[in-house]
Amino acid sequence: MFADNIQPNLSPDTVEKSPTRNGYGDGLLEAGKRDKNVVALCCDLTESTRTNKFADEFPERFVQMGIAEQNMASVASGMSAVGKIPFIASYAMFSPGRSWEQIRTTIAYNDSNVKIVGAHAGVSVGPDGATHQAIEDMAIMRAMPNMIVIAPADEHEARKATLAAAKHVGPVYFRLGRSATPIVTTPDTPFEIGKAQKFYSRDESLEKKVGIITTGSLVFNGLMAAQKLQEAGIGASVLHMATIKPLDEEALLAFAQEHDALVTVEEHQVAGGLGGAVAEYLSGVHPIKIARIGVQDVFGQSGEPDELIEYYGMGIDSIVEAAKKVVE
Amino acid sequence: MVVILNTIMQYLTSEEVTELEFKANEIRQSIIEMLTEAGSGHTAGPLGMADVLTLLYFGILKHDPKNPDWEERDRLVLSNGHICPVLYATMAHAGYFPVEELLTLRKFGSRLQGHPHRQSLPGLENSSGPLGSGLSQAVGMALAERMDNPYSAKFMYCLTGDGELQEGQIWEAAFLAGKEQLNNLIVIVDRNGIQIDGYTKDVMPMEPLVEKFEAFNFDVQEVDGHNMRALNDAIGKAQAVYSQPSVIIAHTIASKGVDVFERDFRWHGNPPGKGPEDRVTKDKQSSVALEKLRTLAGTINNHDTK
Repeated sequence: MFADNIQPNLSPDTVEKSPTRNGYGDGLLEAGKRDKNVVALCCDLTESTRTNKFADEFPERFVQMGIAEQNMASVASGMSAVGKIPFIASYAMFSPGRSWEQIRTTIAYNDSNVKIVGAHAGVSVGPDGATHQAIEDMAIMRAMPNMIVIAPADEHEARKATLAAAKHVGPVYFRLGRSATPIVTTPDTPFEIGKAQKFYSRDESLEKKVGIITTGSLVFNGLMAAQKLQEAGIGASVLHMATIKPLDEEALLAFAQEHDALVTVEEHQVAGGLGGAVAEYLSGVHPIKIARIGVQDVFGQSGEPDELIEYYGMGIDSIVEAAKKVVE
Repeated sequence: MVVILNTIMQYLTSEEVTELEFKANEIRQSIIEMLTEAGSGHTAGPLGMADVLTLLYFGILKHDPKNPDWEERDRLVLSNGHICPVLYATMAHAGYFPVEELLTLRKFGSRLQGHPHRQSLPGLENSSGPLGSGLSQAVGMALAERMDNPYSAKFMYCLTGDGELQEGQIWEAAFLAGKEQLNNLIVIVDRNGIQIDGYTKDVMPMEPLVEKFEAFNFDVQEVDGHNMRALNDAIGKAQAVYSQPSVIIAHTIASKGVDVFERDFRWHGNPPGKGPEDRVTKDKQSSVALEKLRTLAGTINNHDTK
């Protein structure tokens, strides 16, 4: 059963879609209106990261960095040292991809109040191909002390994550997608950094119990898979973990205890992201079988977003199959 | 007795120069003592930059050692973090923390990390070690300061190595500083001509350096990095330049003050006791260095100085 605080009547045919970067653009503008210390930096990708809304409204608080992601990270660190709240945006492949060390030394190690926004994450970047498809970003950011890592599900959650990041004092990374993502939440669905939410509850009369854990753009696929599993007589629930660091351990443990097996779903390498985080935690407190849906240690390629999601095994049917197998 | 010198000395009197040189000598002795105790760390850069750091902390910076977070302070960003022994020693002599604490350098639990960690020690403006990112941070500080106050008289000083200029990020930062005409940014390059693997001219020639910075729209000065009066004048001029960021290329002698270590790139990353032995054997490197400093390389009787 779907949670009552998300979009009603979700189905592949009717669901509305919008890129998460749109939510960032709206959220950043709103954050800028709320706090004059919010500043935005961008590396020649102002329109495609949707930083342009903020830049148009607050030109004096926007810094066009040119194509220089490493400099952007450290400039932001310097700005935060004098009281600013910088949001730095580029494609995730370049920031944090290229600027990882600068982020580690000058942002995370200093616990600087900088928000790193990685747009165009995942294979759903599409035709640009593997060079532009960041599928390792959550792993490299999660390994870094002091860093919060968030993968918003849709444009509403991206907007809320942006506002929450602006309020949180300390470094935050969140990833955004290029292509339109199914809108699963509503403007009123609660969002809190570090809090997981159950978006689908299993039919308790069914004997087999599989728990699906999602993050980011694939929550819709997880929900649709859960529905299909229930139709096939397997009890399935969905726990949405927009924040993969800090992991909501309490919710995760309770969720694991309620199910026979788990499936993690993310548009990311299966190593080091959500699947890795879940497995690491549960192996110590509640060992359980976990199937990890995501990119299986290969690079992406050019193609349309949907076809790439299917090809790399992150489509609805792939989740259903993995769930059936793991719960056997 | 520590005083905050927040008035810019337009011209240094002979007495002031002597006082600063005496202070720099004390700081060099501290550097030798702390490196010897640590048993690792960098010698050449810290000794070479002792005059610049002394002038900054005792003659230029607006700062308050007892209130390191003072809002109105100037900021000093050390980009080449490996020369932190000279920064720590200067800060201790300026009153940020007890001079005795210098002997904890690089030890477990110390606030004086092998490379600076901002969160560890009040008064540090940044963490550094990986080269090339300090200039960006100083640029960020200068930009943010100007956003709040276009007529700000707070200066952001950034110290970089010369080998460090081989990092691409330096030039990314230079692009932005030039574009934004950050007059409140003053960069001082430690042009000592050495890096770990050899002389910079062999590892990666970087001349003409003046023209490189000029091409990035910096006001550029070259100065003897051991001449207090010349350094003071250069910094004064840099503060006066209004439409450009400034860079002062300070020509320094690696390991300055200990003639038997000077100009030898092999002293870049070794402490006294672990350096090259052609001129002084390892067991005597520390005591000889201190003796050289206390007697100004044998030119005076050390009873005159201490």
